[in-house]
Amino acid sequence: MCLAIPGRIKWIEEHKEGFMRMGKVELGGIVKEINLQLVPDAKVADYVLVHVGVAISIVDEEEAQSSLEFLRQMNELDELYNSPAEEGLTKEERVQQGDAIISKMIS
Amino acid sequence: MKYLTEYRDPVLAAQYLEEIKKTVTQPWTIMEICGGQTHSLVKYGLLQMLPKEITMVHGPGCPVCVTPIHLIDRAIYLAKECNVIMCSFGDMLRVPGSEKSLLLAKAEGADVRILYSPLEAVKLAQLNPEKEVVFFAVGFETTAPANALSVIQAQQLGLSNYSIIASHVLVPPAMEALLADPETVIQGFLAAGHVCTIMGNSEYYPIVEKHKVPIVVTGFEPIDLLQGILMVVRQLEKGEFRMENQYARVVREAGNLPAQQAISEVFEISHRMWRGMDIIPYSGLEVKERYAAFDATKKFNVPLKETKENESCIAGAIMKGLKKPLDCSNFGTNCTPSHPLGAPMVSSEGSCATYYHFYSVLNEAEKVDA
Repeated sequence: MCLAIPGRIKWIEEHKEGFMRMGKVELGGIVKEINLQLVPDAKVADYVLVHVGVAISIVDEEEAQSSLEFLRQMNELDELYNSPAEEGLTKEERVQQGDAIISKMIS
Repeated sequence: MKYLTEYRDPVLAAQYLEEIKKTVTQPWTIMEICGGQTHSLVKYGLLQMLPKEITMVHGPGCPVCVTPIHLIDRAIYLAKECNVIMCSFGDMLRVPGSEKSLLLAKAEGADVRILYSPLEAVKLAQLNPEKEVVFFAVGFETTAPANALSVIQAQQLGLSNYSIIASHVLVPPAMEALLADPETVIQGFLAAGHVCTIMGNSEYYPIVEKHKVPIVVTGFEPIDLLQGILMVVRQLEKGEFRMENQYARVVREAGNLPAQQAISEVFEISHRMWRGMDIIPYSGLEVKERYAAFDATKKFNVPLKETKENESCIAGAIMKGLKKPLDCSNFGTNCTPSHPLGAPMVSSEGSCATYYHFYSVLNEAEKVDA
């Protein structure tokens, strides 16, 4: 119900449909007309979080990156991060490696 | 998809699980509030990968599930007897009232439509000036701004044929109610990330202080959930209780101010009945008097009958985290998503329905426990 997905603003039209700020947002390959009234600072090429046709937040690039690096920042997973198998892997290999680690953990 | 797929990285997920395992030394019970989070935890198989010490209990965070039966009956009556175009989100249409669902009413000839956004309902009202258009406006704080915008837009367009049935519930009062229960087992919370996107974090500090529980605002993807759980567990293990924000990429401390303004323009806080639970004080939103012309519950006179919940349903205990769906003798037999006995089985984000749909991926141990 509270499902919201990130999308990239392609185009903004001010004051369309009477008064609302509207725009076109690309959501996973689909471009939809989205209400931008609640994100007055959003610009073209920004990523916004879209819920039931309304953008409710601008995605913060820096914060997005830092949450992915949370573990490394904690500095407690050195051996996993330094393992050479981690580097230069294709996506499929990463998935395989992940599956192997996970199945080991739950077995 | 950017900002989505990277939070589903299995290697990173495994590292988080490893870290959680290293951190945990004793049993902890953590509640995720939002049904969307429950759905992800079960769908991605995270529940059975967490260390045995951690028990996730599933909160009442499914607005469709907790919408009282009498409001559904009211919507069905309007659709069938008052010749309106009744619209809502797909989830809401499948939920049975005391006799039938809106989808069944549609099958019987009522004009019932599934929409993606309340703003589409306003368009529908513009295109059909001879008909009344009613939007069944269900949701948490996340959805309230969109529903409020629809009313504001209808007013600005001078529409007199658009109204909403407001079925809005608020998260922090429900968390208060859960913690105030002397039987509560909840030791930490994952707060609902998209609710906080709108409202910010300020409402949670008093709850943290009063009940001495860690609350971590958390997102919905596997990495978000695992990180949120790790943050709660770290606090619990150290005997700390703080408000933390795992989902800072979209949740700002103060929330979204234009969204909050839209909510308070159209809605006011009221006591609210939660299906499967009880009346929770100050836990709902009603349309303000100045927008009464857009309030379908005032616009149309609907004769209402008394409605009762099924007595053998343990929804209350499940939504308080005291029981799990598999503890219920009706689960999957007398109670299924097509014939739900109670709230958590009615929508795909209810915890019972989630367990039902993903039964095969659920933990063997959990099945044995039940």
